[in-house]
Amino acid sequence: MDFTRFFADLWIARFALVEGIGMTLVISGIAIVLGTLLGIGVALSLVYGGRLQRFVVRIFLEYVRGTPVFVLILACYYLLSGVIQLTPFQAGLIALTVFCSSHVGENLRGALLALPKGQTEAGKAIGLTFCQNFIYVLAPQALRQALPAWINTAAELVKASTLLAVIGVVELMLTTRQIIAIKPRPLEFYFVAGLVYFLICFSIERLGRAVERRVALPS
Amino acid sequence: MPAPVLEITDLHKKFKEIEVLKGVDLSMATGDVVSVIGSSGSGKTTMLRCVNLLEDFQQGSIRIDGEEIGYTASPERRRRKESEIARQRSMTGMVFQQFNLFPHMTALGNVTLGLIKVKKLPKPDAVAIAEKWLERVGMAERRNHYPGQLSGGQQQRVAIARAIAMNPKVMLFDEVTSALDPELVNEVLNVIKSLAADGMTMLLVTHEMKFAYEVSRRVVFMNQGRIDEQGAPEEIFRNPQSKRLAEFLKNTKF
Amino acid sequence: MGYQLNFAPVWRDFDLLLSGLALGIGMALVSVLLVGNLIGLVAAFAMTAKSATLRRIAGVYVTTIRNLPIYFLMLVAFFVLPQQLGVRIDKVHAFTGTLSIYAGAYLTEVYRGALLALPKGLREAGLAIGLTERQTRLWVIIPVMVRNALPALSNNFISLFKDTSVAAAIAVPELTFYARQINNNTFRVIEVWSVCSLMYVAACYLIAAGLRFAERRMAIPH
Repeated sequence: MDFTRFFADLWIARFALVEGIGMTLVISGIAIVLGTLLGIGVALSLVYGGRLQRFVVRIFLEYVRGTPVFVLILACYYLLSGVIQLTPFQAGLIALTVFCSSHVGENLRGALLALPKGQTEAGKAIGLTFCQNFIYVLAPQALRQALPAWINTAAELVKASTLLAVIGVVELMLTTRQIIAIKPRPLEFYFVAGLVYFLICFSIERLGRAVERRVALPS
Repeated sequence: MPAPVLEITDLHKKFKEIEVLKGVDLSMATGDVVSVIGSSGSGKTTMLRCVNLLEDFQQGSIRIDGEEIGYTASPERRRRKESEIARQRSMTGMVFQQFNLFPHMTALGNVTLGLIKVKKLPKPDAVAIAEKWLERVGMAERRNHYPGQLSGGQQQRVAIARAIAMNPKVMLFDEVTSALDPELVNEVLNVIKSLAADGMTMLLVTHEMKFAYEVSRRVVFMNQGRIDEQGAPEEIFRNPQSKRLAEFLKNTKF
Repeated sequence: MGYQLNFAPVWRDFDLLLSGLALGIGMALVSVLLVGNLIGLVAAFAMTAKSATLRRIAGVYVTTIRNLPIYFLMLVAFFVLPQQLGVRIDKVHAFTGTLSIYAGAYLTEVYRGALLALPKGLREAGLAIGLTERQTRLWVIIPVMVRNALPALSNNFISLFKDTSVAAAIAVPELTFYARQINNNTFRVIEVWSVCSLMYVAACYLIAAGLRFAERRMAIPH
């Protein structure tokens, strides 16, 4: 292994790499935000919605959760780029968002249902309306409960973003392949890519645990 | 004679197919302290939970200070709007067996939540009232502690403060010492006794017979969804009329 | 526009899709059920072993793999490693090996959790009746541990089965690969992808039901 030559090549490739990493982070980040919002809607529908609403959302959820994320990505890409002329980025973002929302929705639903019934009753007993009860009593507790799973979902999303390379989104994996095509050092550049993914996921987990500690209730 | 503050008339409740309350009549004046005793399944907790509409009921009426609770009487029996029911609930205060404090708020936060969000008081006023009641139940020093940092008896006292700070017309107590370790029971009972002495209107479901005897103005014995007997503590405990009450008292430690 | 739903091209090649699904299930069974579980058990014991070196090695393995994407690992196994080692590796073998190592890391966590949740007295009871450490581990600890871990193992198996779809990216003749092929040949986009995802959903459902059945059969009566 020729280190000096490799570092020279690495330096040449730095812009491409930074762009690739940026794309990975950006698309994962947007997908997490949108997916979480959508996921909250899913959870609310499943816990508080009417029978029809629950049925429809449940079908959607089971469908998405039973489908591999790669299939979601390919399906969104082929369907949406053909019909509505979406770019790979947009199609991939939609796929990741939907994927994220299914996980967030299921986790939040579980967290809400795990709350003791007495909490809702105590809120009712002091005269809180349903909305007030949800915002001030139930949600803070459910969100704390769902936090570890949410952190996990965020890491999964970053890992799933690698599959977007297949539909042509220039994130880190595709960037790495492009760089190797010009500067054939597969082992070294893949190592760099692996290191980056490791650092991102590891940091997410670390950050997550720090947040968990911060919002944990004293006991 | 002044109008009763709580009036339950011919209350019937079915749970699925089983009739749990079979026509309950109960009347309380302001300042009354009424204990409800009876074996499990007698319907006493269900009756209590109907008063603040945590349970619905199919027939009969409950009036607090003359106002029909939960359902409109005329022109036809209809369940009231949720926002109205929420408002009616703030006329009563309930203390639960499992305390049900909000774990993510301090003791002070638990007490001020209702004052701020339901009674719409500005925060300083709410805090002042909350601190007064926390002081009253002996928890002022722990106002900034979280429920997870408090013992069972302390949590239950905060729960009492939370309910009473809302200035309810009737306080409802649902077996509030049953989930406590024996050595913590007394601190809660003493708080309740002192509130009763101050003239708070209370309806208590309890297993603590000695306590019921000491604190109540009237004791109600419920059996299989009906009130079998009610009267002064002396009468109920020393001189039970109905056979079932006599048997019940024999089986409980009094 | 007038897109007419026409499932015929999909049905025509349904046998391909089915064979792809079978391959996926087969790969999952080998990588996850067999090899992955073995790795997971061994590594779980390593992580709770007395030797700090063992603990460290297992810990590094788990932390590294769990923070890396399967797609990345697969490309490394298929493109980089053969080149560096100078051998030619069959696609399916490359993927199965990758998935085994990937699965092992996740299953290690499951087994480690189950191991830590065991009452301490269990091992001591085994030793007390004269079993050796190995016998205790084999006949007392592992059976209880596995039963406790079954729900989590089931969830992981289903999730890892879905990950077999990634193999399609290196042209392993798996369900997703064939779906993509049919898509590119016939452009029946809605039809092929709805059938494909439906097949995965159905497969997951059946696997879950099967695992629940196994759980019940293996459950300790109480």
